[in-house]
Amino acid sequence: MIAELGLAALWLATALAGLQMLGGFLGQREAGSELAMLVRPAAVLQALLCAFSFGVLLVLFIQTDLSVALVASNSHSAKPFIFKLAGAWGNHEGSMLLWVTVMALAGGLIALLERRLPEKTILATLAAQAFLCLGFYGFILESSNPFERLVPAPAEGVGLNPLLQDIGLAFHPPMLYFGYVGLSVAFSFAVGALVTRQVNPEFARVMRPWVLAAWIFLTLGITAGSYWAYYELGWGGWWFWDPTENASLMPWLAATALLHSVSVLASRDALRTWTVLLGVVAFSMSMLGTFLVRSGILTSVHAFAVDPERGSIILFLLALYIGGALVLFALRAGTVAEGERFSALSREGALVFNNVALSALLGIVLLGTLYPLLTEAFDVKVSVGPPYFNPVGAVFFMPMLAVLAVGPMLRWRRDSLSRIKWPVIVVTAAGLLVLLGVWAFAGIALLPLLGMAMAVAVAIGSVMPLLGRSLRRLPLATWGMVVAHLGVAVSLFGMAADTAFTTEKLVAARVGDTTQVGPWQITLDAVYPVAGPNWIALEANLGASYQGGAAREIAPQARSFWAPPQQTSESALLTRWNGQLYAVIGGEAPDDGGADRWQLRLWWKPFVNWIWYGGALIGLGGLLALIGRVANDLKRRSVRARTAVRRGEAAA
Amino acid sequence: MTGAFKAKHQRLLLLSLALIALIGAALLAAWALRSQASYFFVPSEMAANPPGVGEPVRLGGMVEAGSLKTLPDGVTIEFVVGDGEGRVPVIFTGILPDLFVEGSGVVADGSLRADGKFAAAELLAKHDENYMPRELADMDMAQKQQVVAETE
Repeated sequence: MIAELGLAALWLATALAGLQMLGGFLGQREAGSELAMLVRPAAVLQALLCAFSFGVLLVLFIQTDLSVALVASNSHSAKPFIFKLAGAWGNHEGSMLLWVTVMALAGGLIALLERRLPEKTILATLAAQAFLCLGFYGFILESSNPFERLVPAPAEGVGLNPLLQDIGLAFHPPMLYFGYVGLSVAFSFAVGALVTRQVNPEFARVMRPWVLAAWIFLTLGITAGSYWAYYELGWGGWWFWDPTENASLMPWLAATALLHSVSVLASRDALRTWTVLLGVVAFSMSMLGTFLVRSGILTSVHAFAVDPERGSIILFLLALYIGGALVLFALRAGTVAEGERFSALSREGALVFNNVALSALLGIVLLGTLYPLLTEAFDVKVSVGPPYFNPVGAVFFMPMLAVLAVGPMLRWRRDSLSRIKWPVIVVTAAGLLVLLGVWAFAGIALLPLLGMAMAVAVAIGSVMPLLGRSLRRLPLATWGMVVAHLGVAVSLFGMAADTAFTTEKLVAARVGDTTQVGPWQITLDAVYPVAGPNWIALEANLGASYQGGAAREIAPQARSFWAPPQQTSESALLTRWNGQLYAVIGGEAPDDGGADRWQLRLWWKPFVNWIWYGGALIGLGGLLALIGRVANDLKRRSVRARTAVRRGEAAA
Repeated sequence: MTGAFKAKHQRLLLLSLALIALIGAALLAAWALRSQASYFFVPSEMAANPPGVGEPVRLGGMVEAGSLKTLPDGVTIEFVVGDGEGRVPVIFTGILPDLFVEGSGVVADGSLRADGKFAAAELLAKHDENYMPRELADMDMAQKQQVVAETE
């Protein structure tokens, strides 16, 4: 019964989205018309209905209602509670419902909270948001109904892919979706500003917190996804340049560029057209990623169901939205007034450099991701991996980091080299010192070497803006910038150090054997079978001692699930401040006449954990900036409200 | 200096610099893709037209029944990948993917050695119905059955 309620709520939300779109467009003639007055309430109600619908899906999964086709094919009564819950979005239909729910909630929040912009701009923005929602409602109702019944109901569900039965699934997809779909707000605001010719600093200030919030979710989602792949796949790698990873990286690159350009527009009224274009591009990249991942064009753990019909619908929506927005942009870009001027050596100049480099990186990742599809049209199969992405990306990434190290010290509008001479010398000297030192003592490959030097330079440069300023009075947003930039340095250092200094050992060990990997001595103490709620496993007991210290126990497992039947390796990690020990157990090695031998794969990965610490810092920086911006805005609002009250009293 | 620039000039200058950088990125990417993308081979293609020694490529085919053997160190394995026409010996050091068995499909990431053996750095086997290398997905069904029938 409740499944039908969920479906009904979804239909109602669709109808309201239609009303919202119509009202928003007609409201362009007369913002005070009766239809236009309905737009904000429609947006809020639509969000509530859609959220209700998603709530129903959660309940169905918690109850494991097997008469619903989606639950039957993705869940199992013996699954732990948290995975039953996470299973609701660990499949195509559920994830699309989550997608549109986030989109509707974002629209509802704009309708509820945003009062700063001219009403017509808000109406156009809400109409654009409703237009986006409508497409995805239609997609869900037409080809991906999550509430479809299965008659007769099966006795037991199929279960969830064991690779997805992990605590990571509870967080990684929703975070990424909040990020992807949060960018739809930037898209809608850009459309709204173009339609009503309101591309100005006020528009940028309104858009900024939304971009920031979406960007924080994207950052944390990518960081979590990378760590998840790292420990769950058992390959010891943290980034594979897999198309699905690229699909999340591309919106992030665009959002990062947008975040910086929107700051220029908000503070200095420059880069007007560019910011609007980025707003369109960022969400376009989200949709492109969804299309690539969901259409089955690229097969991976993320492609839940390969269905050409779904692929073509998403492709149609993609063409409609991106094409429509770009046409609007082409028609209106010429009418956007010229912004303020600035000199090349200024904060704006550095941020323009950042934007160009990020766009170039975006293009490089996009081309590398699409290239295999292109060659396949000519019947040539290729795969594009690190040998392409790493060096080509570095050509633009490294100069961008060099500018990042000094850019935040520059003043807006115009600055002189002599003013920032000393900080630049310090940063450059530190970078060069690390470069030469590491090169002389370790002799590592060029890219990790450059990465380490650049990480140190950026780390020092990132805290320079704190010098000579009162730390207590420093705006929260500035703290956010410092922390996020420091996070970039920390993360880069982790990547470079892990790439350069990882040591790996692969052995067939007998119980009692000791292996040396890096500074660790690892003894195989025992191998025994263990059982979990829906799996059995072979577990190895390893004693690991760091540089002859006391041994610590770790226990990697090779798991066999039975619903569905599949095997995974559960790696075991030992984290120190300066890196991680990573252990995987394979299977039994063939008999060579002696006692049983077990395959062990061990890595010592120096500073690898810094990659994710850095990612968390970047997210934290974003959060600080967001809190600072929102608090400022609230303060301004309350001041305005008080002045209005006083004026009212004076008049009375 | 810069102050003397008219607003329009600055806009034009910015735009052309950005365009130059982006076009440069596109050209660099196109050039690098041609040289760095690793090509996919099936055994018959590799036998007829072998890639250069050490050049990173992908090899996909069926693991021939009875060809799998583990070397005395317990972690290095050798097997033959075939497609019914060509056969390529493959050597791999590591833990085998969970669903790697004789008679099923595999894609090996690696390069050809001077002695004609294919050194695999990574093996991608079918994980489950939803997760398999794309090359294997295309090879499924008729081709696989034929290959398996011929190698048995």
